[in-house]
Amino acid sequence: MSSYAATTISSQAAANRLLLRRKRAERRFQLYGILAISAALGFLVVFLASIVSRGYMGFVQTEVRLTVDFDQELIEAGSYRKMLRTSLSELFPNAGSSRAERRTLARLVSAGTVFVLRETVEADPAIIGTVEDVWVLASDPVDQFYKGRIDAALPEEERPISDASLARIAALEAAGRIDLRFNRSFFTRGDSRNPEEAGILAAIVGSALALLVTVVLSFPVGVMTAVYLEAFAPKNRITRLIEININNLAAVPSIVFGLLGLAVFLNVFGLPRSAPISGGLVLSLMTLPTIIISSRAAIRAVPPSFAEAAIGLGASRVQAIFHHVLPAAAPGTLTGAIIGMARALGETAPLLMMGMVAFVVEVPGGFTDPSTVLPAQVYLWADSPERGFAEKTAAATIVLLGFLLVMNGLAVYLRRKFEKQW
Amino acid sequence: MHTRLVAAVIVAGAVAGPAQARDQINIVGSSTVYPFATVVAENFGRGSDFKTPKIEATGSGGGMKLFCAGLGTDYPDIANASRRMKSSELEQCRANGVQDVVEIKIGYDGIVIANARTAPEAHFTLRHLFLALAKQVPEGNQEGGKLVNNPNETWADVDPALPDVAIEVLGPPPTSGTRDAFNELAVEGGCKTFPGLTAIKQEDKNRYKAICRGIREDGAYIEAGENDNLIVQKLAENPNALGVFGFSFLDQNRDAVKGASIDGVTPEFDDIATRAYPVSRPLYFYVKKAHVDVIPGIREYISAFTSDDAWGDEGYLTDRGLIPLPTDERTKFVDDAANLTPLESL
Repeated sequence: MSSYAATTISSQAAANRLLLRRKRAERRFQLYGILAISAALGFLVVFLASIVSRGYMGFVQTEVRLTVDFDQELIEAGSYRKMLRTSLSELFPNAGSSRAERRTLARLVSAGTVFVLRETVEADPAIIGTVEDVWVLASDPVDQFYKGRIDAALPEEERPISDASLARIAALEAAGRIDLRFNRSFFTRGDSRNPEEAGILAAIVGSALALLVTVVLSFPVGVMTAVYLEAFAPKNRITRLIEININNLAAVPSIVFGLLGLAVFLNVFGLPRSAPISGGLVLSLMTLPTIIISSRAAIRAVPPSFAEAAIGLGASRVQAIFHHVLPAAAPGTLTGAIIGMARALGETAPLLMMGMVAFVVEVPGGFTDPSTVLPAQVYLWADSPERGFAEKTAAATIVLLGFLLVMNGLAVYLRRKFEKQW
Repeated sequence: MHTRLVAAVIVAGAVAGPAQARDQINIVGSSTVYPFATVVAENFGRGSDFKTPKIEATGSGGGMKLFCAGLGTDYPDIANASRRMKSSELEQCRANGVQDVVEIKIGYDGIVIANARTAPEAHFTLRHLFLALAKQVPEGNQEGGKLVNNPNETWADVDPALPDVAIEVLGPPPTSGTRDAFNELAVEGGCKTFPGLTAIKQEDKNRYKAICRGIREDGAYIEAGENDNLIVQKLAENPNALGVFGFSFLDQNRDAVKGASIDGVTPEFDDIATRAYPVSRPLYFYVKKAHVDVIPGIREYISAFTSDDAWGDEGYLTDRGLIPLPTDERTKFVDDAANLTPLESL
């Protein structure tokens, strides 16, 4: 003991050095930590900034105010194209009348305008015979130019918009006939091959239907599995094997579930391709392990005294679990389920095999209608040649991120609200 | 509550089983044809009382597999393809009861080699492309040289007249139909300028294919994924790089990239249409005759696709970058479409 004290005193200086070094090491470690966090945050900021800076313009759209003569004869003959042409050539009387010149003029407005005019008349037949001002969508090149994404200083053949169109846009601007307006069709329409008309409603509804199937199937089944494994199952070789398999399933790449779904749900059961019911089934297979694992953890975290007290007062085992343990475990269970759903919402790989990466224009009306999902819509737009789809891709990504944020926020809220300390 | 919902979903699933009738056309196939077929489908859906057809981009091969899997509402009605149907696929179709398949050729798609707008103009021959991109080339880049792993590092190595910059070509991966067509038309086209290599075809067809369509894997050819927009972006940032993609992407991004001439012909609309530009391929779709009049709208969809308004010289598909067929060929396929003339053999 005395020799130990002697050593300590004699090496006081060495000990101080050691202490200094340890403190330096600790400061260094903290610095590494801060660097790691800043790098992660930096990437997040860059990612969000690039998405938002590209996508916010997707929520507005250039529109042109046309004065259209809803002539009864033309409407009866169904010549909406002629109606549009007349309206445009009244705006630009000097545009020329050759076929090519008429085509350049018509390209000022969206290719879907003819259908929009017809839909306007169908929605409000009282308009027939009147002359009305209508705001219609500008075509993609006009829209991109008006948003400043096309450089007018480039030589004419190198930009996707002609000099004649530029002069016409300037004239429209002088007359107050062109403006950026809120992009309603983005939220009220399905996919379109005209970027100015493309919307995400079909994809949102498709995602919602598929997730509904997923939650209805995987939540009860997952929670029941967790309850049984935690509270009722005997602890033996078989239940251990089941446990290991569930844990492994949680780590299986999602495309594997897609292949399974293709082989079983589509080929054996004959469920419809590209339908939310089949997609939702695959997604529920994928989320089941996540829900089971998180529910088991939540149930295990409830102190055994809850169940013991209930049983001591004469409750059956089932009553003890369902009346006392499960409500106490609810925050953890719900959080697990919501996180699982959020993952399912962002999934495309398994749905590719189920045919849900598809061009779907009509908003699906049920579980068996063809539909696509939000991330698949992002993927399809990212690969389209038309310029306007770049901002639509980013805008759809923002919407998808918004949904994920809401779902994760809900999970945090539920945990905060119902969490108890024991 | 939950049990009732579960039961409802299961019942819904059972009801939606095989017996379900379908009132919407189901199309699968090539992602190159997808941008054109979707435009027709959208106009067709909005301009008629039929539902808008559902189109999946599964790739030509994947689409054919689904298409030929059988007859009935569970299987697609139409398959798009960026190459002609193979005889093995037709056999597969027939083995599964799909006897009559109608073939419609819709037009051409040019494959371009492009670089940044700021970079100097590029002029290549097919031979240059073979020597720059093939896995094996004749030693010394000369006829009769023995085959060696491609030693060419810069374009000047390929031909002293070309600039002295490293070969760096961004292009689609092997799963893509564009890559197949590029290998077959550009690389093999250059390979054919060596009579010694062409002679191998007589002896060993597989070896010929490996030599004349094999792309080098040492980093000079970079597989940039299926997303052509990404290739365009990368080219704009790197003036030394070249990219391989479809004509419609060049057409939409002329302020960022420009096409290289091949054998003296630039990839312009008219030159691809007259087939003067050497790297272009035909696009097709195939219809199951037995589904016509069973699934509503197929006949009308075909006639919408083959109308002058769509695929004509000034039709809306040309705005999207489809190169129209010559008039006589178009007349033939309009006939085929109207009479639903099935394919005899391939």
